[in-house]
Amino acid sequence: MTTVTTTSWEMVVGLEVHCELATATKLFCSCRNAFGDEPNTNVCPVCLGLPGSLPVVNRHAVELAMRVGLALHCSVEPSIFHRKNYFYPDMPKDYQVSQYDEPLNVGGWLDLPDGSRVGVTRAHMEEDTGKTTHVGGGGGRIHGADHSLVDYNRAGVPLVEIVSEPDIRSAEAAKAYVNELRAILVAIGASDARMEEGSLRIDANISLRPAGTDALGTRAEIKNLNSVRSLGRALEYEVRRQTLRLEAGEVVVQETRHWNEDEGRTSSMRSKEEAYDYRYFPEPDLVPLAPSEEWLAGVRAGLPVLPADRRVALGGAAGVPATDASVATVVQQGLDGLVAAAIEAGADGRLALNRAANELAHRTAPDVAAFTQVLRMEGDGRLTATQAKAVLAELVASGGDPEAIAAAKGYEALEGDVVAAAVDAAIAGNPGEWERYAGGEAKLAGFFVGKVMAATKGKADGKAVTALLRERLGAS
Amino acid sequence: MSAIEIARDVRAGSRSARDVVEEHLATIAGREAELHAFNLVLADSALAQADEVDRRVAAGEDPGPLAGVPVALKDNLCTRGVPTTCSSRMLEGWRPPYDATVVTRLREAGAVVVGKTNMDEFAMGSSTENSAFGPTRNPHDTSRVPGGSSGGSAAAVAAGFAALALGSDTGGSIRQPAALCGVVGVKPTYGLVSRYGLVAFASSLDQIGPLAGSVADAALALEVIAGHDRADSTSIPHAAPTLSGLLERGVDGLRIGVVRELVEGIDPDVGTRLSKAAAALEAAGAKVDEASVPAVTVGLSAYYVLATAEASSNLARYDGVRYGLRVDGDDVGAMYGATRAAGFGAEVKRRIMLGTYALSAGYYDAYYGQAQRVRTLILADFEAAYGSYDLLLAPTAPTTAFALGAKTADPLAMYLSDVCTIPSNMAGHPAISVPYGRGDDGLPVGVQLLAPALGEATMFRAAAALERSLVP
Repeated sequence: MTTVTTTSWEMVVGLEVHCELATATKLFCSCRNAFGDEPNTNVCPVCLGLPGSLPVVNRHAVELAMRVGLALHCSVEPSIFHRKNYFYPDMPKDYQVSQYDEPLNVGGWLDLPDGSRVGVTRAHMEEDTGKTTHVGGGGGRIHGADHSLVDYNRAGVPLVEIVSEPDIRSAEAAKAYVNELRAILVAIGASDARMEEGSLRIDANISLRPAGTDALGTRAEIKNLNSVRSLGRALEYEVRRQTLRLEAGEVVVQETRHWNEDEGRTSSMRSKEEAYDYRYFPEPDLVPLAPSEEWLAGVRAGLPVLPADRRVALGGAAGVPATDASVATVVQQGLDGLVAAAIEAGADGRLALNRAANELAHRTAPDVAAFTQVLRMEGDGRLTATQAKAVLAELVASGGDPEAIAAAKGYEALEGDVVAAAVDAAIAGNPGEWERYAGGEAKLAGFFVGKVMAATKGKADGKAVTALLRERLGAS
Repeated sequence: MSAIEIARDVRAGSRSARDVVEEHLATIAGREAELHAFNLVLADSALAQADEVDRRVAAGEDPGPLAGVPVALKDNLCTRGVPTTCSSRMLEGWRPPYDATVVTRLREAGAVVVGKTNMDEFAMGSSTENSAFGPTRNPHDTSRVPGGSSGGSAAAVAAGFAALALGSDTGGSIRQPAALCGVVGVKPTYGLVSRYGLVAFASSLDQIGPLAGSVADAALALEVIAGHDRADSTSIPHAAPTLSGLLERGVDGLRIGVVRELVEGIDPDVGTRLSKAAAALEAAGAKVDEASVPAVTVGLSAYYVLATAEASSNLARYDGVRYGLRVDGDDVGAMYGATRAAGFGAEVKRRIMLGTYALSAGYYDAYYGQAQRVRTLILADFEAAYGSYDLLLAPTAPTTAFALGAKTADPLAMYLSDVCTIPSNMAGHPAISVPYGRGDDGLPVGVQLLAPALGEATMFRAAAALERSLVP
């Protein structure tokens, strides 16, 4: 944990995550919803906001937004669209069609892998803006730029904005929330959730308060967080900045702050004095959105098993808590099916989890039978941990039969007395180290394990060596 | 010659569309300089369209129900490749890349677009004096206004420049100029006619409708332009109503109430004609008496909150970034300011400021929220009235056509021109203005029939009966 904490201040974080929905077309017109096309090619009178054009809601976008809501345990409500009015060149109509006080999804939650729960206030629909590139001047901002280029391909792309409750208490938890949310969004097919392409964007609200108190402090909103790593760094920076202010007896100003990744700091964008009055009012060009019970039931029935439920299932199958780190990794890597099948076939649950989490992550998984066989061989003591890992690596790289791989590598479990002899030889050959180990320098166990491994060409089981060392210690 | 007669003759091959269009273009040439009904006359494309209609007739194809009928389009209806200005400097020269749905439907029906008509800028006004390109004059008396905001469309029909015209009606902008110019004007039920391609003024109130020389012509035009359009989310998912066959059915047994609150304070010229209209309907078999719709008296102020609030948002897009006028500034904010200062006229600026204020934090509920509640009240009062009446009768405008300049210095007096028409927009209900003779000042007077939502059929029957009662 790299979280900055002080004894006197607690950080309180809520996240606003904008997620582009993976529809074929935009929210209010039939233009392509695609990333990376030639600028201003996926545009029409509607998404350019030309005079006289009118929006028509994309049914698939609504369906994906409902999926997001249901996956986050929200209540899906009859909702309406509002206009959020402000001038900016990337907004063709100079208002954004969004949802305001009657959003589609309200009141849900998201469970993090460590078992903690973050409330979800709402997940509402809105249209994305175009993308502006400011040329000249400093800082890539509109003020001071020589000119600006606008690409309206993104204008009108459907978004869901997911607003969390201020339930997050550390930078690590904030990162875990975003990772979990991404996993859910991808799992339900709502979004490709790629931060590097902007299809997932995060704004963080952060305030401090004296530890042990309930009132919320004045918050700053951090923008321009382009990765989960940036989110963590920015929150840590903000905690330091706000702590310094508060401890100097100053106040935290409610404002929007811009994260500068290169400088590793936030800077003020605009303060409350310049705050926009968005003049929200109901969008008269659209009709209320009230999904029928049948539609809702259909969307609910089509949802896949979500990561949190998969973790519970896997933990149960493996006989370990669902909050175990290896459980989270295995589910995150999509290996839970493999591990469950291996356990079903008789493999040890903990061993299956550990080997999958550590040896198979980011690799091509072996088939269930071969994986189970390696675990059995290790469980039976026919392979040491080191050997089992090597066999798994070979399986992943080239496939084949675990028995044949082990044989080809010359892996045969050593007789116990061979290992014991090697241990005794190592002790005898290094009396000084042994004295220190016996005197309590526990880390020297590694030294002796290394000696035994060298003597047995890696064929000894590390655990067995450690046990023998302890045994010898008790006898001496 | 009526639209029905033109279409009949052209379809029968007894008269060419080219001949019809040439005749209308000649009429335009004779009087347009005096009246300024048009922002743009489309002589060449009109003749080309007419030739296409004639070709279809010659080829034995169905040229459509409006074959060869010259129509004039209010200049807030988008026409592909043809300037659509809303009579504003802001959009001068802008050419939409698409046709409004109503324009597509007119063209498919064989109608020939002869021009884009003058209007109050962005449809904000009641006299067509708010046009950036100068006022339109009333064909009956060129010292008078034609009404507005669809003044150019009303004048074009009254002057014989076109057999039909389309306008838009947000608070009376079809019916009031129709009354002042002595033509028929229809504000259909909200959602009956697609708004796709109508440059928005106030989206929840705007509705496109026809102006015509007769009730039957207006019915034919409405049949062509009405009906569901997927491109407009507020479009009612119904086919266009059938109206033409019902016009002879009369009003026998219909219950018609004269709206007491809308008669108070109107000009004697108008009051006299309204009484005659009521008597004529009664003579034709309707049961006519006085009705009360109390909330209409507060319609005007609520309307000016809602319409300006929506307008403040709808007109935000005219910022100089993408199309239309741009006046450069030192930065983007200055560019916005300079563009909008130069591009919008005084009335448009006034309404944008009113609407912006009404939606501001801290004022929203007192203005916008309150106005929405008034709107609900108006709807409830209309519903109560329609429990006892099939239709309501009211004046269209409190006065006949007033002199140019008479009200330009007094916006509130101008706003009062729409007091009788605004309630229908607030309720989303249909209404039709039918010319009913002239006042003692010799100027046309219009009377208005109001109906509940989708009550067009009954409304047109009564309008046709009224029209017949005038024929000597």
